[in-house]
Amino acid sequence: MVILPTGGLRMRYGAELTGVGVLAFLALIGAAMGVDEPFRQHMWVLFFTVAAFGVLLMRRTAFVPAPAHDNSSYMDDVIRYGAIATMFWGVVGFLVGVIVALQLAFPDLNIEPWFNFGRTRPLHTSAVIFAFCGNALIATSFYVVQRTCRARLFGGDLAWFVFWGYQLFLVMAATGYLLGITQSKEYAEPEWYVDIWLTIVWVAYLVVFMGTILKRKEPHIYVANWFYLAFIVTIAMLHIVNNLAMPHSFLGSQSYSLFAGVQDALTQWWYGHNAVGFFLTAGFLGMMYYFVPKQAERPVYSYRLSIIHFWALIFLYIWAGPHHLHYTALPDWAQTLGMVFSIMLWMPSWGGMINGLMTLSGAWDKIRTDPVIRMMVAAIAFYGMATFEGPMMSIKAVNSLSHYTDWTIGHVHSGALGWNGLITFAALYFMVPRLWNREKLYSQRLVIWHFWLAMVGIVIYAATMWVSGIMQGLMWREYDSQGFLVYSFAETVAAMFPYYVMRAAGGAMFLLGALIMAYNLTRTILGHEREEDPIGGKVATARPALQPAE
Amino acid sequence: METYTAMREFADSWALAGMTVFFIGVVVFAFRPGSKKIAEQVARIPLEDD
Amino acid sequence: MSLLDKHRIIEKNATLLFVGSLFVVSIGGIVEIAPLFYLENTIEKVDGMRPYSPLELAGRNIYVREGCYTCHSQMIRPFRDEVERYGHYSLAAESMYDHPFQWGSKRTGPDLARVGERYSNEWHVQHLIEPRSVVPESVMPSYAFLANKNLDVRNFETHLIANQRVGVPYTEEMVQNAVADIQAQADPDADTSELLARYPKAKVGDFDGDPSRLTEMDALVAYLQMLGTLVDFSTYDDAAGYR
Repeated sequence: MVILPTGGLRMRYGAELTGVGVLAFLALIGAAMGVDEPFRQHMWVLFFTVAAFGVLLMRRTAFVPAPAHDNSSYMDDVIRYGAIATMFWGVVGFLVGVIVALQLAFPDLNIEPWFNFGRTRPLHTSAVIFAFCGNALIATSFYVVQRTCRARLFGGDLAWFVFWGYQLFLVMAATGYLLGITQSKEYAEPEWYVDIWLTIVWVAYLVVFMGTILKRKEPHIYVANWFYLAFIVTIAMLHIVNNLAMPHSFLGSQSYSLFAGVQDALTQWWYGHNAVGFFLTAGFLGMMYYFVPKQAERPVYSYRLSIIHFWALIFLYIWAGPHHLHYTALPDWAQTLGMVFSIMLWMPSWGGMINGLMTLSGAWDKIRTDPVIRMMVAAIAFYGMATFEGPMMSIKAVNSLSHYTDWTIGHVHSGALGWNGLITFAALYFMVPRLWNREKLYSQRLVIWHFWLAMVGIVIYAATMWVSGIMQGLMWREYDSQGFLVYSFAETVAAMFPYYVMRAAGGAMFLLGALIMAYNLTRTILGHEREEDPIGGKVATARPALQPAE
Repeated sequence: METYTAMREFADSWALAGMTVFFIGVVVFAFRPGSKKIAEQVARIPLEDD
Repeated sequence: MSLLDKHRIIEKNATLLFVGSLFVVSIGGIVEIAPLFYLENTIEKVDGMRPYSPLELAGRNIYVREGCYTCHSQMIRPFRDEVERYGHYSLAAESMYDHPFQWGSKRTGPDLARVGERYSNEWHVQHLIEPRSVVPESVMPSYAFLANKNLDVRNFETHLIANQRVGVPYTEEMVQNAVADIQAQADPDADTSELLARYPKAKVGDFDGDPSRLTEMDALVAYLQMLGTLVDFSTYDDAAGYR
């Protein structure tokens, strides 16, 4: 890792440009020789994406010795890119969400073949889970691991490979869905070659993260890093196993899953549920355990509880997958096992929630004066709510009603919008001023606007989906006194219309909030500051005596 | 179904006991008297940088 | 203890954390998933089940490509209302050749596990082209483009070979005749005796209303029309499939 002046001229980005060239060449071969139309189109997408990136790199290359890196400081450039990417993909993901919600209410909005619901829905889920949350996780994990290990990211430019490689994965996944390239396994839609690329990127991510922990200067590994590490390791395992597949041609876009039927179903939901458990929970708990103490300026409520939280959570989560397959052809014992572990999961989840919330004990007034803290508290509250609702829905009797209905969709969104969304926004509001060396955010008032728009949006969303989901489930099973089913399926579809419209409205409010955030953060990055009164009134700052008793 | 029954019995007894012991071990380890000072020290890691 | 020794222990801790997490998260998966590969009721064979005919497989690939699983399930649960609405509850064996499975998780539209033979080919074609012309309440997108798109059958045997490799019992004869079987199944004038010997109960004839072309519509309708029709439930013993 020592950079020696070589004396001669070295080309900057030489190795990177070679890699880009090889990839572009492979893409061209695929575009020319692909055995099916979507594959050839997809390879053209790859070629142009990689070529554009290559041009960007070439504009920055030079035949001079690379400037000596300051290896003593943190590597923050990649995190700045990550923060912007998180913002960007968040807006894209929410926008597509609003569009698919409207497609369900007004089916004429489907534009065949590329923008039919069957193709745009995975675009929405992937954009939100993998693009928005994924970028948030990569950026914050790099931020947290350096600062809690007091060490620069391991591996030099490898972190850049992780960032750009991941964006390429996202572009390939997203364009693939629209072209009709999908495995049709929920949250694991990308086809075999995109999966292989993600595996490479993910291993690089693990190397960077693990390497940084190994070279740390702090004797202990802070608990946030435990959660991040478990997230990275587990996602690697899940991704590889669930995506084992046999392509029909190495120049074709389609593959056949290694597993079939029942085995494929359980493998998929073992993956799918733990994408929630580790991608959207463990990784984000890592965020919580760092950013909440930082923003509140006090250590986590109980560090020892966080250790138990960690082991209990990662152990229990992995069993819960079968609750997605209640009353299906999956054997009963597996369903019961899934249900029991799901219910047990409630305990560590709430242990973690209490730990996060109680970190504020003695500083509750900050909820009133600090909108970022308010956002964190709301996020943790939604985490608590979603992790209560989840175990409840995993009870077989409840699930018999809720399964296949919008209730599931509502549940997912109270977790995704409430927990993942709000904690990510809070982390961005925390990181951006610090990353760009700004004294504070452009505007605190806009954070409050964002907060309330998001809150009202989530409540509308979740409430309408509860009503529509439960109604749907009850209508499907309603019998009249003669013993006949009361409703045809088509009638239950028609009954959903007002709720689909309201749901779209709730989602639109959430999107509007995210746009306000994007504006606020952009102005912050540009170094602007809005003239405004401090939150809680001007007098608040001159009143140190009236603190509540601890 | 014989394998299934045998496995189920094992899971209900020894495996369950083993997991419980492991979990109690984690709790005891985390809350052992000597750990308090270390835990408090580690909890301050994020607050000491920048 | 020298500083170096101390450092080594710390390094070990990070590795330990890595190994420990991996170990802990592996247990659940291994215990739950592994038995499915040898427990009888998950791998039992039920009379009537056979691999998809090449045309059905091509149709299934379109079903997968279009993401139909986002709105349609293929898994009937053993409840009175579902059995009355959709037919006999789904058996594990009925998806034994499904790579990937398409049980789905959401019913924005109805379950399709036994949609085969419920409607005519003409109904399906009309419904796929303009869903609201036959079901006014429907929110399904239009799939009219399928009727204008020729089915790509070149080298279709590679699809059967890939399925063979993941365990679907396609014979060499089936692989050799893959393309011919596709043509025969959708051609109303073809001799289908060999096809039907290889794939009993396969629906034959023109599916999309245009016998002159072989389109993606032909394939998708052929797939929909065979869904859930392979097992004869008048002779099926429920007790044998207890799960």
